[in-house]
Formats: sequence, C-alpha cells, structure tokens
Amino acid sequence: MDALSHLISGFGIALQPLNLGLAVFGVATGTFVGMLPGIGPINAIAILIPITFASGMPPESALILLVGIYYGSQYGNSISTILLNVPGTASAVVTAIDGHAMTKDGRAGQALAVSAVASFVGGTLSIFALVLLAPVLSNWAIRFGPAEYFALMVFAFSALSSFSGGSVVRALASTGFGLWLATIGLDPNSAIPRYTFGSIQLLDGMDFVVVTIGLFAVSEVFVLLSDTRMGEAAADVTGKAAIAWKELLATTWTMLRSAALGFGVGVLPGAGGTIASFLAYSTEERLAGESGDFGNGDIRGVAAPEAANNAAANGALIPLLTLGVPGSGTTAVLLGALLGLGITPGPLLLTEEPDLFWGLAASMYVGNAFLLLLNLPLVGVFVRALTLPRWVLIPGVSALAFVAVYAVNASSFDLLLMTGFGVVGFGMRRFGFPLAPVVLGLVLGPLMEKNLRRAMALSGGEVGVLFDSPIAVTLWILAFVSFIAPIGFRWARFRSTRG
Amino acid sequence: MLARLPHAARTILACWLALGASACSPTTDARGWECLAPANAGGGWDLTCRSVGRVLAELEMAPGRVRTTNLPGAGGGVAYARTVAQRSTDPNLLVAASPSTILRLAQGQYGSLQADDVRWVGAVGAEYGVLAVAADAPWQSVDDLIAAWRQDASSIVVSGGSAVAGQDHMKVLLLAHEAGLDPRQIRYVPFDGGGEAMTALLGGFVQLFSGEASEVEGQVEAGRLRVLVTLAPERMEGPLRDVPTARESGFDVTWTTWRGFYVPGGIDDVRYGEWVRTLETLGRSEEWAEARVENRLEPFYMVGAEFEAFVAEQVEDFRTMSREIGLLR
Repeated sequence: MDALSHLISGFGIALQPLNLGLAVFGVATGTFVGMLPGIGPINAIAILIPITFASGMPPESALILLVGIYYGSQYGNSISTILLNVPGTASAVVTAIDGHAMTKDGRAGQALAVSAVASFVGGTLSIFALVLLAPVLSNWAIRFGPAEYFALMVFAFSALSSFSGGSVVRALASTGFGLWLATIGLDPNSAIPRYTFGSIQLLDGMDFVVVTIGLFAVSEVFVLLSDTRMGEAAADVTGKAAIAWKELLATTWTMLRSAALGFGVGVLPGAGGTIASFLAYSTEERLAGESGDFGNGDIRGVAAPEAANNAAANGALIPLLTLGVPGSGTTAVLLGALLGLGITPGPLLLTEEPDLFWGLAASMYVGNAFLLLLNLPLVGVFVRALTLPRWVLIPGVSALAFVAVYAVNASSFDLLLMTGFGVVGFGMRRFGFPLAPVVLGLVLGPLMEKNLRRAMALSGGEVGVLFDSPIAVTLWILAFVSFIAPIGFRWARFRSTRG
Repeated sequence: MLARLPHAARTILACWLALGASACSPTTDARGWECLAPANAGGGWDLTCRSVGRVLAELEMAPGRVRTTNLPGAGGGVAYARTVAQRSTDPNLLVAASPSTILRLAQGQYGSLQADDVRWVGAVGAEYGVLAVAADAPWQSVDDLIAAWRQDASSIVVSGGSAVAGQDHMKVLLLAHEAGLDPRQIRYVPFDGGGEAMTALLGGFVQLFSGEASEVEGQVEAGRLRVLVTLAPERMEGPLRDVPTARESGFDVTWTTWRGFYVPGGIDDVRYGEWVRTLETLGRSEEWAEARVENRLEPFYMVGAEFEAFVAEQVEDFRTMSREIGLLR
C-alpha cells in the first residue's frame, strides 16, 4: 500500500509540464537516433548526459529524459531491424528473424505495430513489477552466483534448436562459430592473447556491432544484389499499412508471458535483454508447436522478444537502484549519470531518495505510453521507406552499415572485418546456416566462460558445484527439457505420419 | 527553450539537424576531449574519468565537455593496447590509470607493452584498500581472519574486482605474507569490477571482499557489510572511522590506490606539457577539491616529470614484490 501511494506521488512528479515535455522529447529523439544501429541507446544517452548536467535540471527530470531516450532508441532500433534487417543490439537480432520475414511478406506495418504494442505491454507490466517487487528482487539477484549464471547460459543455448529451421546440426555449427569468435582477444582472467595471430587490432576481440552488422546487414545487401531486378521495390506494401488489431490481440498471452520472463531475467546483472529475448522467442515457439510459423514471419516471433526485451530493460534497473550494480551497458551509463548528479545508488536509495525512485518509475510508464502514441500513427510513414526502389535501398543500407560500424570505434579495420562477415553471412544463408546463434554465442560466450571459471575457482575444481543449488538444478532441468522437447515432438510427428 | 540550452547542447542539436546523428557521434567529434576508462561504469577508473572530466568542463579548461568512454577488458590491457596501437597520436585522449595499471605492466600482463609506451601525466587523488566481510560473518577483526586462515586457508574465498595478480588480489596477498602465511594458499576469484565482487560477497558465494574504501561505504552504512581492516597509512574518516588500519593491528601493510592518467606515447612534448599544466591547474582548484571529497578520494597530487619517475620506480617495486610473493619468476 505504501508503494502505491509513493507511486501516485511519483506520477505527480512525472506529469509536471517540464518532465512531461522531456519525456516526449526523449522518446522522439531516441526513436530517431535508435534507427541508426551503431548508435544505440548507450551512445544516445551518453551524448545527452552532459546536456542534462549543464542545464541544471533536477535529478528526476534528467533521469526522465535519459530513460525516455533509452526507450525511444530501443524502438527506433526495432524499426530498422524489421524494415531493413539491420539489428543494432543482440536482442534485436531475435526480432529480426520474424520481423524481417514479415516485411518480406508485405506485412511490415503489422510487424512495426506489434513491436510497438509488445514493447508497451512489456514495459508497463515490468514497471508494476518493479514498483511492487524491487526490494524482494534485489535479493534474488544476489542469490545468483557463478554456477547459476552458467546454468542460465546453458539454458539459453539449449533454446538454439529453435533457431535451426529444422537442422540442429547447422544451429550447433553456427553457435560453435559464435563461441569461437567470442574467444578471440585477451583472456578475461589472465590477459593472455588468444587467436590474435599477433594482430593488435584483434586484441580487443570481436566487436558485437561489427559482427552483427556484417552478418545481417551486409549479407542482406549481397542477397538483394544477387536476386534483384533493376527498379523493383524491396518489398510489397499492403494497403495503407492498416493494423490488423485482431491479430495483435491474439498475441496477448505471448506478450504477457514474455514480459514476465524478460523481467525475471533482466533483474540478473549481466544477463539482460539478450537472454530474455532469446528465451522468450524459443519458449513461444515451443508453446506454439504445430500452429506456429516461427522463422517465416510469425507475429508472435516479434511480440515475444520485444515484450521480453523491454521488460528486461526495466528489470535491469533493480540491481542498479537497489545494489548499485549496473545490470546492463545502458544502466552502467545511467549509473554514471546518477553519480554525476550526486546520487549514490545502493540499498538506501529507496528510503533516502523516494522522489527520485518513484518519479522515475512513473516517468518510465509515461515514456512507454508516449512511445506507443507517437509511433503507431507513424507506422505507415516508416513502411513507406520500403517503397524505395532497390537502386536507392541497396546503397542506402550499405551506407548505413558502414556509418554504424565506423561510429563504434572509428576504425577502418572494423570496416574490413564487417565486410568479411558480410561474405560469411551470405555464405551461411545460402547453405541454410542460421545467423542468430552466432550472435548468441558471441554475446553469451564470454559470460559463460567467466562464470564457469569462477564457479570452478570457488569450488576448487569440484564440478558438483554446478548442480548444487535449487536455482541451478531448475535451470539445468529446463535446459534439458528445452533441448529434448523439439526432438520428442519430431519423433511423435514421425510416428503419427507413419502410423 | 532552445535559447536557454547551454552552448554545447545547441551545438549538438544543430549538428544533428544539419548532418544527422551519426556525424555528431562522439567518436567522430575531433575537437572534444575523451577520457578512456579501462573498466565498466561504476569502478574506480570510471569515477576518475567522470569526476575529473566534469571538473575540467566546469573550469572551462576543456573544449566543451569531456566524454567518458568505457573500454573494459583484461584489467586495463584492452585500453592500453588500444591507446598504443590505434590512438598513439591522439592529442585529445586521456586514459585513467591506477597502481593496477602499473602492476600489470610490471608483471608483463599487457603482452610486450611497456610503461614507456605511453606518457604519464599525473595523479590527482588516492583511495585506500579495505577488506570486508558480510555483516553476519563470524570474523570480527583482522586477527580473527588471520587465525581462520592459519587454521584452514582454503575455507575462505576472496573476491575482488581485479584479475588474478591484480591489485585486489595483491592486497590480501600482502597482508597474508606479512602475517607469515603462505600467499599461495590464499584463494582468490576475480570478478568484473568491485560491484560484481561485492554482490558475490552479499550473496554468500565468497567470504571476504577485497576492494576500495569508496566501494564499501554505501553498504556499510546500510549495515550489510563489515569492514575488518583498512590498508590506509592512518585511521580513515567518515563511515570507516571505527575500523582499525592494518598497521594499528600490527601488520605493516598499506595500499594506496592513486588515481591518475596517461596519454598516448606518440603526442609531442608541447601537447604533453599542456596536459601536465591542465592536471596541475585542476589539482589546485577548489572545484576539484570539492569533487575529490564527493568521490571520497584522499589528497594525493603529483604531475609531470616527478610522476613519470614515480611510475618508473613503482614498476620496479611491483616487479620485486611480485617475485617475492611468487607470482613472477
């Protein structure tokens, strides 16, 4: 009850004209910036932090602006992902699978709409969860040790058979490739170079943006080039991009489940939106079973990762605000902003700065609502981009890819690397290897390695520690079921067709 | 509203409107200063960059704001390699450093890279090491801890935010060595920064946390951690005023974590001189004194040639120390 009255006063803060204006400004700017995949929410926030400092606005207002940008840029990234297959974050890679398939199917407007609605649903639900459960969940976050993190990673990887489009072997090969890419660079524990062949550029390892843009965007350009006829439009656009609300409503349960899952995963520092999106997607695919058309433009394949990702973004605020430990790259930047504003996140934040915490929670809700209001009417405008002829679109996507990758490190070596990954991605597509597991391997590989090595160091090399806690055991069982279930389904189907 | 925005904001906005966001993104802004923090946000290097960057902007010594970039990895090795290999003539790059940087250089953990591959500008503050346990842990003092170690060294696992043989590891090793224990018996698990290492202590996965005073103060005030000992030369003030130093407890061990900067080795002497003067002015300003206190840093100030000599000496000291402790042959 106490939380509720605090939240109401929080809305009082969020709805002040200045804060309301900042939320709108933040969401709109974020959407625009987020459409450029290399920029992403982290850079968008980092760019605006000094402005908020310099303007001398109160901490609540500054945070409201930054959070608005955070949301906006995530949605902006979904737009370029769905329309052009240019994901800029690991979680958007999941959205790309069915989102871009829908675009090719002429249902781009519908994909954008479901993305906006699912983001809203995920955001809204998780804000209430944040308000009600923040103190409880900070304890859940610290109960997660190296062994539990390792089991969670295994669970996430077990879901990869979802992305195989039938061939588990190909999915495993793709994952292996991603995991290998993740080992390039300096060893996280001992700083010994691995697979760098004396190249100083490779010491940093494979940058996520370089690999993803190469594999997805650049290979997309090659695909477009290889089967294009001059002057043809990139995709058909249905009518006025009218939104089929009935189909949207049918994804309600998908959104709710994915939001809950995403929030739970997001609370864990370091896990975040990537695992949440992958898990939500594969869970929904399993649940859909025969009725699903995942991988070929199933609307639930867009709703699940978008809802989970947004919920995870809110979940990640819990360790930040209650433990002072940033749960994701973006919250790490927010932590910097908080410190710069003279606020120390930690166990006492809720009691010492109630205005800040509850004002933030309320403004997150307001930001989510604005995102929906701004973007649903604009869906038609965004979709119009697809009516561009290919001789405009192909150079456009190429330019976007190069700018995005160059923006990350200002390194021309990265551009070469990206092009190389474009060729690899094109080959993988031609031979039916899924691209998403590569990204999963690249992003989760280092986390998996570090946590396994930590768990081993903690136990003195005793492997049993990996199965020691109820949480870990639960995750192992889930992983096992998740890996076995599709094979079981296939076997059952085989039996039924024979019998 | 536009007119009321500060100059920097208007510049960025105008830039966006004219060229699109990518053209104005930080990495392509040639004039702005960049402070590279070789770890994730929230750690010591990150705080160094952010607080110093803020004061430099406040004093209008920097052209506009100073942007902080986080480049974690290999205990600062990634940032060091980046600075040497890719940014070696960048006149606008400052990189945060501390004894951890020196330690790794001394141990040859940045590959073939040496301390003189970059130029050392100066240090503007310092922190002191602490060892902490969970509030409900059985050990009340550093003597209890040593006794427990003596009984069964493997029963206590230490977490820290630095890699194996990094400074958080060193702190416990130095104490153990001083107490006459075999440093090689001490179990240490590295985490990605003090925040994660502390979370592991709060979650009960490790028994002892090795870190910095500023990292634990929030948790100490909330009653979730107990600091057994500080590695400061004298009794500290503030929330840790009741915690004895190692020296008071009879162990002659201190750990001073100075906060300073290096710049790329390829810049010319004129630019280096400007950086030294910049830190000099900063170090003597009231604004920095305030920010230093806010960031719970103790006074520690050294720039230019004096600092370069200090770094060279510390490299030698750490090399000797690492050999003595058995981490380096």
